[in-house]
Amino acid sequence: MNLGDIIQETKAYYCLECGKCTSVCPVARYDPSFSPRAIIEDALLGFEDELVFNQKLFSCLTCYTCQQLCPADVDFPMFIQKARAIAQDNGQHGIYAHSGQLQSLARLMTSPSIKQRRLEWLSDRYRISDDSDVLFWVGCTPYFEPIFEDIEFRALDITEASLKILNFLGIEPKLLPDEKCCGHDVLWTGDVETFKKLAEHNTKLIKEAGVKKIIFSCPEGYRTFKLDYPNYGFDVDCELQHISEFLAEKIEKGEAKFNRIEKKVTYQDPCRLGRHLGVYDAPRKVLESIPGIEFVEMEHSRWDSICCGTSAFTNCDSYSNMIRTERLSEATSTGAQTIITSCPKCQTHFRCAMVDKGEEKRPTSQIEVLDLVNLVANAMGD
Amino acid sequence: MADFEPKIVAFACNWCTYAAADLAGTSRIQYPPNVYIVRLMCSGMINPDYVLRAFEEGADGVIVSGCHYTDCHYIDGPVKCDAMFAKVKKLVHILGLEDERLRREMISTSEGTVFARVVQEFVDQLKKLGPSPFKVRMETVV
Repeated sequence: MNLGDIIQETKAYYCLECGKCTSVCPVARYDPSFSPRAIIEDALLGFEDELVFNQKLFSCLTCYTCQQLCPADVDFPMFIQKARAIAQDNGQHGIYAHSGQLQSLARLMTSPSIKQRRLEWLSDRYRISDDSDVLFWVGCTPYFEPIFEDIEFRALDITEASLKILNFLGIEPKLLPDEKCCGHDVLWTGDVETFKKLAEHNTKLIKEAGVKKIIFSCPEGYRTFKLDYPNYGFDVDCELQHISEFLAEKIEKGEAKFNRIEKKVTYQDPCRLGRHLGVYDAPRKVLESIPGIEFVEMEHSRWDSICCGTSAFTNCDSYSNMIRTERLSEATSTGAQTIITSCPKCQTHFRCAMVDKGEEKRPTSQIEVLDLVNLVANAMGD
Repeated sequence: MADFEPKIVAFACNWCTYAAADLAGTSRIQYPPNVYIVRLMCSGMINPDYVLRAFEEGADGVIVSGCHYTDCHYIDGPVKCDAMFAKVKKLVHILGLEDERLRREMISTSEGTVFARVVQEFVDQLKKLGPSPFKVRMETVV
């Protein structure tokens, strides 16, 4: 694919150069040299080298805020995704966060002869069944566990809480010991070849498992399965649902009852769940149905909620930290005790910002960060 | 399996292990030529991706080696290295790699014989284990 094809595919030629994208872009607010409008302009003028051999291409958060306002409906994040693939072909990639471990792990997972030990944390407290119609996608949390232990983030808490919820609502999900990375991070950093290998493996695995429904606790996996797999010709052919949607559905039917939790909370919309897939109401419905929870919105919420500052573990720089700090101060200014999110990566980034070693960079106020499923699991009692 | 020659990547710190490897060489101590040494200033600068990348590029085993705790040129390099090593060990364990393919050593400047012995032991061990599972991807796909 060359630049011309990408312009055709994302309708970048409709760009009016109005600059609305740059005005709402969270990166452009702090980094004056970053401008989505200028990136599209470079592409339309045919400056392929200036575009591809430029780190700015990897600074985009692909958070889809720009696309919400674009009068010409240019799919800018998709443009970035495809342009990064060209950059990768030319040996360019962003500066990987966490020294690139997560991208390396995804590439290592493409080996067909490995037998992962990804379910070793599983205890008999959770009921799982191999004949179930419902599959629970564990995702990267077993790998996040050791990587993020120094920022006091237990990624598996999210997975365990999700299993607890599913069991509580009478579902014994199937888990796949051989599932591999969904490929989200490698796709958004331009490594399409690795993405395709992972997608092929996962699609085959799910077809063999013969399930009717997949439940995700991670919005990134959900997005990748829902939009990117069909885009690249991989169809898993079953119903996909995020756990917040699943919970909202159960609440509507009156099947889920919660204990009282006294807490004032606010909600961070993860970009993948909110703007990418339009799921805004389900998590709010879940929060409002827990008795005792006082729910307040932040100044920026729903479609214009501010991103957590990094996506696909690329180009995490001082600007990312500023975005994060701004979001955290916005959360504390609502008076909430806890910021609830439904993406493990939002949680990673917020926690990381709060333990930052540079005193001047650290947000002044500390706030508890929790995943939606953790809160719900607590409200479900034992 | 008899003609399998493992590839080992050794991350060695400039002040101790690299000098030990040098001493093994100048003292004409015989050890297998399977080891590829990467010289670093300190074992504390190694991050998990160095190890993962070595496996990705087709290493059958990785040695992470530096000074003893009290010998570090930069005071606390080995402590940082230990923390990193614990992390990467968990990661490769979840990935499904045998734990024996990863080795943490502390070899000081005067221990040329120790270096030679460690490499010999590691080569014997890896010959028993066979090629790294990540190699399959390298050969069939690329």
